Amino acid sequence: MSTIQSVAGQTEQHPDVALVERVRAGDLSAYDTLVRKYERQVFRIAQHITQNREDAEDVMQDAFLKAYEKLDQFQGNSKFYTWLVRIAVNESLMRLRKRRTGRMVSIDENIETDEGSVPRDFADWAPNPEQNYTQSQLADILKKTIQGLPQGFRVVFVLRDVDGLSTEETAEALGLSVPAVKSRLLRARLQLRERLSRHFKNRTPAASQPDAAPSGNGVDA
Amino acid sequence: MTCTEFLQILDNVIDESIAAETRAEIEAHLRKCGHCEVVLDTTRKTIEIYRCHEIYELPTEVSERLHTAIMDKCRKAAR
Repeated sequence: MSTIQSVAGQTEQHPDVALVERVRAGDLSAYDTLVRKYERQVFRIAQHITQNREDAEDVMQDAFLKAYEKLDQFQGNSKFYTWLVRIAVNESLMRLRKRRTGRMVSIDENIETDEGSVPRDFADWAPNPEQNYTQSQLADILKKTIQGLPQGFRVVFVLRDVDGLSTEETAEALGLSVPAVKSRLLRARLQLRERLSRHFKNRTPAASQPDAAPSGNGVDA
Repeated sequence: MTCTEFLQILDNVIDESIAAETRAEIEAHLRKCGHCEVVLDTTRKTIEIYRCHEIYELPTEVSERLHTAIMDKCRKAAR
């Protein structure tokens, strides 16, 4: 939605709408503001999809140029950012296709796996597990862990949980249904949790319970 | 409430979109099920860690270079 509700219940315009209007009227400095506002998020999405820094830099440039050229097609019934993410996702997938010499690439790749969707590790984590690692070790763990997710889960997790888009906005940006976003988000969260547990669980002997999972699916009390 | 039922609504619990009557059931389940309590707590921490740590840093000099390139391209496209 391009509008937000004020406390008084009156409809207020999202600040991006005025910027988009100015760009349409020929004010390029307003587009400069929009680019600055969203360039890091667009880069992050592109990097998560392409998993390649050079590609992500190219995608970021192409996505902002395409959004600028197509700004007349922006209807204003969605947020500018959601519309921009949709362009960035498409550009990222196109870039992957090029790398894979034309083989079809979709956001739905490898999502059949249920691996890790059922919790198996019930050990509690150390109080501040990040503190047991240096910044670069931690970044490495987080990067490798999320890279192990199927792309369709990874992107949903990043848009919903890191970027803070709503379920509906995520669905719109990815061209997915709301139930599909919900199902992927749950599986993404559980798979990441399971994988991070290997690094972050409490390692004191009394609290460690590596074989705590009972039989069956391991959780039904 | 069983663990399977709890897992099905885990996202709603995390996103705090739970009806009041269900909340009491969830609390009762968590009181007797340490496993689900850990799953809830560590899933919340998982989200928090990813939210707080930018894993793909964009150094200022790179972002400035890209920003300039983007605006140059837009300027050309505007002509």
